[in-house]
Amino acid sequence: MSNILVIAELHDGHVRKSTHSAITFAKQTALPFSILVLGQGAKAAAAEVTGYGAAKVIVVDDAYLANQVAERFAPTIADVAKKGGFDIVAVTASSFGKDVAPRVAAKLGAGYAPDIRGVKADGGKLTYQRPVFAGNAFATVELVTPVQVVSVRQSEFTAAEQSGGASPVEDAALAAKDPAADRVEFVALGEAKSERPDLGEAKVIVSGGRALKEKFAEVLDPLAGLLGAAVGASRAACDAGYAPAELQVGQTGRVVAPKLYFAIGISGAIQHLAGMKGSKTIVAINKDPDAPIFQVADYGLVADLFTAVPELVTELKKG
Amino acid sequence: MKILVPLKRVADPDNANKVKVNAGKLETTGLEWKPNPFDEYAVETALRLTENGANPKARVGEVVVVTFGPKETETTLRGSLATGADRAIRVDATDDQLDGDIVARALKAIAEKEKPDLILCGKQAVDGDSNQVGQLVAEYLGWPQATFAGSITSEDDKSLLVVREVDGGTISLRVTLPAVITVDLRIVAPKSVKSKHTADSHAYPDGVRFAALMAIMAAKKKPLVEMKLADLVSDAAAKIKYTGFELPPARKAGIKVKTVAELVQKLKSEAKAL
Repeated sequence: MSNILVIAELHDGHVRKSTHSAITFAKQTALPFSILVLGQGAKAAAAEVTGYGAAKVIVVDDAYLANQVAERFAPTIADVAKKGGFDIVAVTASSFGKDVAPRVAAKLGAGYAPDIRGVKADGGKLTYQRPVFAGNAFATVELVTPVQVVSVRQSEFTAAEQSGGASPVEDAALAAKDPAADRVEFVALGEAKSERPDLGEAKVIVSGGRALKEKFAEVLDPLAGLLGAAVGASRAACDAGYAPAELQVGQTGRVVAPKLYFAIGISGAIQHLAGMKGSKTIVAINKDPDAPIFQVADYGLVADLFTAVPELVTELKKG
Repeated sequence: MKILVPLKRVADPDNANKVKVNAGKLETTGLEWKPNPFDEYAVETALRLTENGANPKARVGEVVVVTFGPKETETTLRGSLATGADRAIRVDATDDQLDGDIVARALKAIAEKEKPDLILCGKQAVDGDSNQVGQLVAEYLGWPQATFAGSITSEDDKSLLVVREVDGGTISLRVTLPAVITVDLRIVAPKSVKSKHTADSHAYPDGVRFAALMAIMAAKKKPLVEMKLADLVSDAAAKIKYTGFELPPARKAGIKVKTVAELVQKLKSEAKAL
């Protein structure tokens, strides 16, 4: 009998939207699941996830968990999983999830399926599908261990909606502290201040490449503002310093799948395509007609972006 | 400082779109073996941490590279020795004997023998994209970790200040050695890594260093030892099994529009995306 423990990620006292993808994973398996909300302020945030059909919402609210330090979170996640008899631990493959999940797996002696894009329940046994080679192949994997840890790709598991009901909330204790945690000091959080939606949650993304040079924001901001879009960037644009690193979309940056994705002045390197190929509609604007990005774009416009993007803003404003 | 850097060879990531699937098996035939780019960044980072940037020929510390694979993977190790690593270890194994967990447990055994101050890994190998070995080995050793490092500063011999690249910004951590750090792309920018021997004003060339011909010759004489997987991990059973592969569905070919007005019209009426 399998039982899933979904790990909720907190941010500014609220459950991050990305957590809803891990809830969707749990629902797709049709197995019973509970949600562990841990962090400082978890008690107040727990109410945000009581309407998703979880058997229980388990809360560990402690100032020790004020900052995301894997060595502080992993012992409690493993402990709650063990004591509650959970045999699958699921977390969204955010930077937090990717950081902490392997440590939890090692503590539990569990196999780990990272960054999965799908799950199949096959006679009580779960098999997972995960992208490999920058999304150029999908692998089917099985974990042979009785306890399993998975991280789920946010862009492949549509955020769960409230399904009614009120899961009971119960408190759990912080686990014994990990000695390794005493050797990590949290120094600072450098949070990018932005009015725009998060890349993982945006319905529209406007991404720019190196071709934008110093005019990255000047050209893209009006379009992103008009569409309520998140701004993304190619690796080349980030490496060159035209865009901050946290905007990078690709195999090794954020993996996104919005309804509409604009690739502006992006050539379409394999590692960029790996991060946005799942988008519903892709628009590419590039002056090189042979750019590989046109091979995945639904609508391609061969044009100088410095004139085409302002023109696009004007055209959209016409309504 | 003594640094252990695990390396993996991967099928040419610049041609990852040429992988094939035949009867449920993945084929990388025709793709050249290359060092995993993130592992090359880890080697570069390790070299920067064990030298004075103004005089990189004089080593102030030791970098030991380790890989898992058949004899031919020694090419990958020799490549790193040529760029400046001091010693190499090859753990004899075939790919089908390994998963990230076994590699992590073997690295733990090697670390217990070698006693490095730091294990520096790439944050992920770009074939499996698993992003796990650094975190696993940290947990197995009971060491602290700093994943996805975009910059590392060595302040003294006991700790490192690491700026991690995370969703929505950065997290700065100070880790007390011994520790595990996994590196992200920006770690090879000119001022991302600073050893305590290097002047604040020093800027490296962007990217990883290349080996000079003389260094490639000299690398053949650097120590390279072979270890047996069974001597490092007693229970080498994989926890994850890859049972099949398939190619992703192809995106249907799109169209080229001639004008911005046509683009907007198509997005509204055809794609209904606006």
